[in-house]
Amino acid sequence: MTDAPKFSSVAEFFAQALAIEVEASERYEALAEQMEVHNNARVATIFRKMAAIEAEHRKEIARRAGDALVGGRPASFSWTGPDGPEAIDFSDVHYLMTPRQALMLARHNEERATRYFEAIAETAEDPEIAAFARTMADDERQHVVWVDRWLEKFEADDPDWDADPDPPVLSD
Amino acid sequence: MNMIPDAVREFKPADYKSAVKPVWCPGCGDHSVLVSFQRAFAELGLPPEQIAIISGIGCSSRIPAYVNAYGFHGVHGRSLALASGLKVARPDLTVVVASGDGDGFSIGGNHFLHACRRNIDLTYIVMDNRIYGMTKGQPSPTTEPDWDTAIAPGGTGLSPFHPLVIALASGANFIARGFTGDVGGCAKLIIEAIRTPGFSFLQLLSPCVTFRPDQQKQWKSTVRTAVVPETDDPGRAARRLMTDDGFNVGVLYRGHREPYRPHPIADLDPARLEAEFEV
Repeated sequence: MTDAPKFSSVAEFFAQALAIEVEASERYEALAEQMEVHNNARVATIFRKMAAIEAEHRKEIARRAGDALVGGRPASFSWTGPDGPEAIDFSDVHYLMTPRQALMLARHNEERATRYFEAIAETAEDPEIAAFARTMADDERQHVVWVDRWLEKFEADDPDWDADPDPPVLSD
Repeated sequence: MNMIPDAVREFKPADYKSAVKPVWCPGCGDHSVLVSFQRAFAELGLPPEQIAIISGIGCSSRIPAYVNAYGFHGVHGRSLALASGLKVARPDLTVVVASGDGDGFSIGGNHFLHACRRNIDLTYIVMDNRIYGMTKGQPSPTTEPDWDTAIAPGGTGLSPFHPLVIALASGANFIARGFTGDVGGCAKLIIEAIRTPGFSFLQLLSPCVTFRPDQQKQWKSTVRTAVVPETDDPGRAARRLMTDDGFNVGVLYRGHREPYRPHPIADLDPARLEAEFEV
């Protein structure tokens, strides 16, 4: 089981949940930009769509939070925590990566997010936090299903997917 | 100390994102540094107009363009000279200097020594990938002596530069190391570096995915949180840094030296200055 973070209030839980979605959306946007700059349009499109999905999810969470988050983030919230469970590691991407690989990364992170919220639901002492965490876990599980459907559209990768006819070369 | 304003305005990391798309290779550690900057500035609540990011030349030195703040992409190795002048003239700004191991330790090596010695209130962040990435992979001052490439068959055989040791010996007031595989950890170190008065030096191990792809995998499993707590004793810090293998991350030294501050010139007359510098 994922180590579950503890929250002192519903507001704190929602602040963290929103931050995770904001981070995931911004990370996908950043990765989409990287792929556009490196002329990998197919993967850029996938990351852009994932960014939009996470942004929609953020709006939905904000709606659920309602009055719980009036006044912005709680004082205890920090932007310096470790990367959230839905954020792709910058080092996991490649300029020639395939759509299938991009979706596999997305799937991995949706699964991590599911486990993260499941763990909170199982350990939270506040029943309200546990209930909201269960809903979040359901959302993330649904995202895995969407990504799986999306994956069906792509065949297995060519073993030479990273072959570059004009590779970067060390000076000699 | 840098001016940290009261949190009247709240900032998000996205507030520090510029409209310019980074051209770094996907997988490069410098992307993580950019996000760490944004998170650190948001956490500190720094208005973008109170931040200046100064850089030299190299992959890492592109960072000012990607941050919504004042920026100056300077000349090779001279970022610290530019930043020193700016901070002395505008002490109200938070001045962050970005560099790489080639720009900062080779071409800019002498400026590094004297910036540490002067102890002006700057935060100097060196993205160290142990290679000249932008110019296609020549060995840099921090490259291992046995790194075997076409340009240096069998390796350079040269002992690498130890930037943290040099920083301590030269008078830096804050010395730390981070790894770009941990974005939040890098953000925390940047915050500590900015908050600590005087010259703060932060080495961020930032792998080059294109010319040293294996390095990235190695560093992920090699870096570790420093087991010894930070010290303010230069003697202890020297001993630990001299025996350090380059992979301990965290704050390694934080001193108490008063930062350099210029004496205000009461009778400064802009017209007289202008006449003096007229060509």
